Amino acid sequence: MLAHEFMRNAYLAGSFVALACGLVGYFVVLRGQVFAGDALSHVAFTGALAAAAAGVDIRLGLFVATLAVAMGMGLLGERARPDDVVIGSVFAWVLGLGALFLSIFTNGSSGENGTAAVRVLFGSILGLSAADARLAAAIALLAGLVLLAIARPLLLGSLDPDVARGLGLPLRALGIGFFAVLAVVAAEATQAVGALLLLGLLAAPGGAARLLTDNPWRGLALSAALALASVWGGLALSYRVPSLPPSFAVIALAAAFFVLAALRARLRRGAGHEGQAVESSLSRIEA
Amino acid sequence: MGIELAGLSWNPLGDLEQLTEFSFMVQALEAGTIVATMAGAIGWFMVLRRQTFAGHTLSVVAFPGAAGATLAGLPLAAGYFGACGIAALALSRVSRPGRESLSSESAAIGTVQAFGLGLGFLFVTLYSGQLSDLQSLLFGTFLGITAAQVQTLFWVALAALAILAAIGRPLLFASVDGAVARASGVPTGGLALVFLLLLGLAVAATAEITGALLVFALLVTPPATAQQITIRPGPGLVLSVALALAVTWLGLGIAYFSPYPVGFWVTSLSFGLYVTVRLVRGILARRYRHDPLGAPA
Repeated sequence: MLAHEFMRNAYLAGSFVALACGLVGYFVVLRGQVFAGDALSHVAFTGALAAAAAGVDIRLGLFVATLAVAMGMGLLGERARPDDVVIGSVFAWVLGLGALFLSIFTNGSSGENGTAAVRVLFGSILGLSAADARLAAAIALLAGLVLLAIARPLLLGSLDPDVARGLGLPLRALGIGFFAVLAVVAAEATQAVGALLLLGLLAAPGGAARLLTDNPWRGLALSAALALASVWGGLALSYRVPSLPPSFAVIALAAAFFVLAALRARLRRGAGHEGQAVESSLSRIEA
Repeated sequence: MGIELAGLSWNPLGDLEQLTEFSFMVQALEAGTIVATMAGAIGWFMVLRRQTFAGHTLSVVAFPGAAGATLAGLPLAAGYFGACGIAALALSRVSRPGRESLSSESAAIGTVQAFGLGLGFLFVTLYSGQLSDLQSLLFGTFLGITAAQVQTLFWVALAALAILAAIGRPLLFASVDGAVARASGVPTGGLALVFLLLLGLAVAATAEITGALLVFALLVTPPATAQQITIRPGPGLVLSVALALAVTWLGLGIAYFSPYPVGFWVTSLSFGLYVTVRLVRGILARRYRHDPLGAPA
């Protein structure tokens, strides 16, 4: 399987994107910001297609759009948290814009470029060149390292904002920094599994890790490991069964991990409550 | 598009005539009218009950439903309605007030949505059909609607609106104040289930026109706009339906004369309307606050 160059490229880019997704995803779930991931996936689609319609590199549109929106969300912060009706209206319009760019793009060029939309929506990890894969791996690695560097204060700020503020942690700056990392990872993941499926790679490993352990460090590692296992397994699966698209196989595995974790949590339920979980999580950050 | 279009002229009546010249356009307008009426009415209750995320999940599920039906050779409507019906039943079991922590519940919703979209993609890949199929499933089309589809839509909408009219009063009561309604003997649990099923119907019908990703353009934005203007149920419902109708008709009309998809026009029109109404309301509210007597300055 690894004799093929496109599979090697896919594994190289996929591994690092998965690690970054798993790490960021754990925080996304911990901070209850799954909706932000949802927003970024919509924006990633429209940004990429706007770039395609304008004739520039898709990645440029991806990064500009996700970073701009993430910064906006980070700056607005908790105070201006919009309700779900506003979110729904904005999402529908952003996707409508995406449909517009899509039709401009497909009308403007001859039919073969119509696949660009599918690539953006559902990913194209098998189509990466060696240079693309190296770049994707490097950016994902960088994002993961930045996140690990701010992991400790971010964990404390996510679990107990009052104590963190008391300790003088710059919560606002941390939140904005986290959104920036999330935007970069979302743009990277869009290339791997696509704009519509990246939410699964963010939410499923993080959610599963949250269900399996209360220890935040173990949870972070577990989330990254589950994301990595999903990508490796998904790629191998779609290599064995060619009719399975790789992005579907990856998301299906991630969802399966989440379901297994939820079943295990349900079997062992009764021992602990959420409040205790937060307390024991806090005590473990100190440890 | 295959058909040579004459484009806009300076004669609005002539343009209207041209709009209704082709049977596909007549069917699109008929279907749009039916769907907008249903979405405006059911969406109003959805916005009131703050169940937009349930609507979002249902609309995501509509995509694999339709793609699966295409793969199995079933009519598209069977896929839309089947998938949304099952998802509505599942949601009504999940969304019970439980002790599940909020963060893992939203992680579960995100996982389910991504998995649903992935499944839809798998079905489309397996079908190995045209790319335009995928795009019209996601972003809607008005070219493919048949007379039989319009007829199905009509009966579905009639049944849904009849049920909504029958449960309207207790549903309103339960939505506004669930605790009091339960105390005075209103079966809130049963109502919630019936409403989710109705919502599934509305999402499935709307998805056929706007595509699975743009359902919110008709189901959320017009009702939200109406609730910005008035909170009274009667006029609010009428206004919501009227706005949905206006947006759909205008969107279809503009899409006919422009090269861009109908989904884009419908979303942009309804979003523009929503933003305008919010802005105007904000300005009015500020004036009102400055003048204690309430007279506009």
